[in-house]
Amino acid sequence: MIEIKDLVKTFHRGSVNEVLALSGITLKMRKGDFITIIGSNGAGKSTLLNCLAGSTGIDSGHIVIDEEDVSRWPEHRRSTWISRVFQDPLLGTCGSLSIEQNLALANRRGRSHGLGRGVKRSDQEIFKKQLAQLGLGLESRLKDKVGLLSGGQRQALTLLMATMIRPKVLLLDEHTAALDPKTAHQVLSLTQKLIKEQHLTALMVTHNMQQALQLGNRLIMLHGGRVILDVSGAEKQAMAVEDLLEQFYKVRGEEFVSDRMLLV
Amino acid sequence: MGALEQGFAYGFLVLGVYLTFRVLDFPDLTVDGSLPLGAAVSAVAISAGVDPFVSLLLALAAGFCAGMVTGILNTKFGILHLLASILTMIALYSINLRIMGRPNMTLLGKPTVLDPVTSSGISMFNAAPLLFGVFSILALLLLFWLLHTAFGLAMQATGANRQMITSQGVNTDNVIILTVGLSNGLAAVSGALLCQSQGAADVNMGVGTIVAGLASVIVGETLFGCQSVGRALLAALLGSVIYRLAIALALSLKLGQFSFTPSDLNLLTALLVVAALTLPGLRRKVLRR
Repeated sequence: MIEIKDLVKTFHRGSVNEVLALSGITLKMRKGDFITIIGSNGAGKSTLLNCLAGSTGIDSGHIVIDEEDVSRWPEHRRSTWISRVFQDPLLGTCGSLSIEQNLALANRRGRSHGLGRGVKRSDQEIFKKQLAQLGLGLESRLKDKVGLLSGGQRQALTLLMATMIRPKVLLLDEHTAALDPKTAHQVLSLTQKLIKEQHLTALMVTHNMQQALQLGNRLIMLHGGRVILDVSGAEKQAMAVEDLLEQFYKVRGEEFVSDRMLLV
Repeated sequence: MGALEQGFAYGFLVLGVYLTFRVLDFPDLTVDGSLPLGAAVSAVAISAGVDPFVSLLLALAAGFCAGMVTGILNTKFGILHLLASILTMIALYSINLRIMGRPNMTLLGKPTVLDPVTSSGISMFNAAPLLFGVFSILALLLLFWLLHTAFGLAMQATGANRQMITSQGVNTDNVIILTVGLSNGLAAVSGALLCQSQGAADVNMGVGTIVAGLASVIVGETLFGCQSVGRALLAALLGSVIYRLAIALALSLKLGQFSFTPSDLNLLTALLVVAALTLPGLRRKVLRR
């Protein structure tokens, strides 16, 4: 169980540019929840994920994972339990290392990176099997530098790396936004497959409302750093894009449908 | 032979510069202070009757500490890497003077690491290049091993993509502190070897060390490539030798009345580094036309 209690985050505090990014977000996630998060630009979606991962500090509030308050843990420590996939395909993998070296690093997430051999022979077989399930032919390219891969391949690899050691929470920050539609679809089905197989608890930020409705068992809409809609189960199933738009208009009539808000 | 001896002695430094500058992407000027630090520690230790080989280890440890200071200033206190290393370098000048108690110190008549080699019948002329060559190749092999351990992979990733490796649970602060420490430990060993082969340690012997180290790394990369870690390490070591050969060549050059003096070396090295850094870009521009 993951609990977010009254999370507040202000950027540029005390200056004229002060922005209240999160104004008291409270959220209880059950084990196995797959939550999609939507909201207009500046609603606080990415900030929420960054605060959870620890790359952005919080002003006040608590983040509790399995009864352990991790609010003050540094990012590298939190990554033992929280893994993430970024919007930028280049961020999740290391281009100058080979595929197997990247996987070896991910295979040690949360453990010490000591003086043992980086890529063990016994690991290579496991890596091959795991890469094969991506269906991208990467299993025969273990020694290739990741920098040679395409954005979609890198994103698929990042997903694999994020789930190799089972995380307590998987954070997906618009992880298909930078990909072409076909690749995005592939990466999305892989995401669904991995989450389903491992019964992962996941948070996925997206700008695509159709996607937000199709995927996951719960949907959250953020606006102005607050949760303005939280539906799950049958209620979510029954919703259509029009209902979401209506919700959007309800809180603020104008400028909701920005150019990044895709209807398809 | 003199160039070989210097090339291998400076080889440790160049391997260290490769670690910080290329692997970690951390421009570290501390070596200008840690090289004479190694020389000072070694000279003082040998004068006090310590075994010359043990003095190398003491130099390594001293350099390691100096590098860690730079790493801590950068990661824990948030000082820009370049400035952090300059601060440590400046501080080391005073510390080196304190260690030796005077600006320079001779080792004439004192035992050195070369003694066991010369006593086996090899001439002094050949002993230093041979021994330093063996030492630096051992260091190269050790680094090759280190870079392929899990820690080494984390080190490479810290330089290439800090967000990624943090997300894999690695504390990059620690990686930076240890790597910069190791790099300066190697620089200090260079200093210790140089002072033993030249017979003196001097507080000013470190001036321009980083530029020379950088020049060696770049010369090596240009000539031998850096496609893999092993190749890049070898290129760095060979680059060190070739750089010293080039310097020796430049010094013996006579153009009528004009000849280079050792005091011109810094200018020559700086020009070499500028050329090596800008030429690849220029060539690409010309080829595109």
